[in-house]
Amino acid sequence: MAGEPDLDVAYVAKLARLNLSAEETRLFQKQLGEVLKYAEKLKEIDVTGVEAAAHGVPIFNVFREDEPRDCFTAQQALSNAPRQANNLFIVPKVVE
Amino acid sequence: MTRSELPALSIAELRPLLCRREVSPREILEALEERINAVDGKIGAYLSRDFDAAAVEAEKADINLPLGGIPVAIKDIINVAGQPCTCASKILRGYRAPYNATAIERLRAAGAIPFGKTNLDEFAMGSSTENSSAQLTRNPWDLSRVPGGSSGGSAAAVAVDAAFGALGTDTGGSIRQPAALSGIVGVKPSYGRVSRYGLTAFASSLDQVGSLTKTVRDSALIMNAIAGPDPCDTTCLNAPVPDYAAELGRGLKDMRLGLPKEYMIEGIDSAVRQAVDAAVKHLSSLGAEIVDVSLPHTDYAISVYYILATAEASANLARFDGVRYGYRAENPTDLLDFYGRTREEGFGAEVKRRIILGTYVLSSGYYDAYYLRAQKVRELIRRDFEQAFAKVDALVSPTSPTPAFKIGEKTSDPLQMYLADIFTNAGNLAGICGISLPCGFARSESGRPLPIGLQFLGKALDEARIFEIAYAYEQSTEWHKARPSLNDQSIVGK
Repeated sequence: MAGEPDLDVAYVAKLARLNLSAEETRLFQKQLGEVLKYAEKLKEIDVTGVEAAAHGVPIFNVFREDEPRDCFTAQQALSNAPRQANNLFIVPKVVE
Repeated sequence: MTRSELPALSIAELRPLLCRREVSPREILEALEERINAVDGKIGAYLSRDFDAAAVEAEKADINLPLGGIPVAIKDIINVAGQPCTCASKILRGYRAPYNATAIERLRAAGAIPFGKTNLDEFAMGSSTENSSAQLTRNPWDLSRVPGGSSGGSAAAVAVDAAFGALGTDTGGSIRQPAALSGIVGVKPSYGRVSRYGLTAFASSLDQVGSLTKTVRDSALIMNAIAGPDPCDTTCLNAPVPDYAAELGRGLKDMRLGLPKEYMIEGIDSAVRQAVDAAVKHLSSLGAEIVDVSLPHTDYAISVYYILATAEASANLARFDGVRYGYRAENPTDLLDFYGRTREEGFGAEVKRRIILGTYVLSSGYYDAYYLRAQKVRELIRRDFEQAFAKVDALVSPTSPTPAFKIGEKTSDPLQMYLADIFTNAGNLAGICGISLPCGFARSESGRPLPIGLQFLGKALDEARIFEIAYAYEQSTEWHKARPSLNDQSIVGK
């Protein structure tokens, strides 16, 4: 268990690919610090031997027949694209 | 029955009028449109509506179907093909759904007409609908107060007779809490009872689609239509769907109701406490046996919820990258600037806050301390309910610790806002079902009545039983008949 919360909002924002203004960074640092401090009480509980629950109603291995079905046409898939050409999404340049 | 009287009716009251041809689907739709036009300027419940398309559907509606010809409002986070689906976010402004959610397909198959989209907290993150990037929604009982959230638009629309019924979503209380604050019935089905296909994901292990209606019977009718397995959602449970409406009316004889001692805490508004105490006495007089039970890990539910829900949200919202749909930042200097600014400019403050918290609790060095530990405590919370349901048929509690609060009252203090879900979010963590219905009124300082909600929680897939209990309470009280009056209210201040 970690010690006192040592949240670094500016660093986490980089991980999240989310730019924040200086004002937002300062505000979130304070507000989320309080939320994490509140969550410190989880440390009180002995969780030795307790399985982690990813779902309230765990079910595993759901199968269905592998049958062809209707799916989006290229035009439907592109219908909300901010930029498109030649039936393709336009993305920013990623290699020089 | 004149046209202007139609919007006040319940779905169960409309259906016989339709079947006897005393009113047509088109007349119902027109009456509803008039009502919305008359009141929604004050309330702000709707983000969009398409009455032209709805009129075409009304003309060919098959009134022999269980919801034939009934218009239903849809929270603007559930996809209805051809209609906007903005999630009340700037990042999805202008988005039009290319397909129907399964819940929408099912509503249509039952004859209903999904005609309009209602306001919400951005991506369903909030308890007051103030986090909408589009507009404020006001509580029809007191226009200076919030309708609750995040399904606040759906709740306010139903409360003010501007919808016969609505779909909402409940991740931590987002159907039950606004239903309570707006004086109507709200149902959060068990996790996996209703397909999430076509619901824009917030926290995938907690999200569930449900109903907001004027009466318990109306919610049972909507649940009849939308519940059941779906090959498009593998978390949707493959269990038979009983006829929830047909089973109503058996009464409370031999029913054991648990009163969780941890739910009657300090900080509950005194009017809420009195109303719930009176409701429990009333349930006892109807034949239910009241049993004290304990949910020992209640105090940890909010922490567990906000760690798990934000972790899941940070992953789910990674898809908003400015490429396939939604807002896109202009003139990026490089790829990181493109992502970073698209998301900075597209998301509102609460969504950003939750992405940061969720990313943090999943990040290297903190995963075990926060995320993994929270999942383990979630298991303990789930066991609490399992042990309680071994002794009782259902649990009874307040839905929310307070009636509707003032617009702006909690916006600067996220932790206070998160505590509004204190009685509802454990139910999502445990995957069980819940219903909120009106059980009384508090008074605002200016003397306005503010609705109070009573919550019943049932074990997973036991919706029929909580419908039964809620129906017995509702039918032996008058609370559900009260309606807000807009005539003596005007919007003052912000």
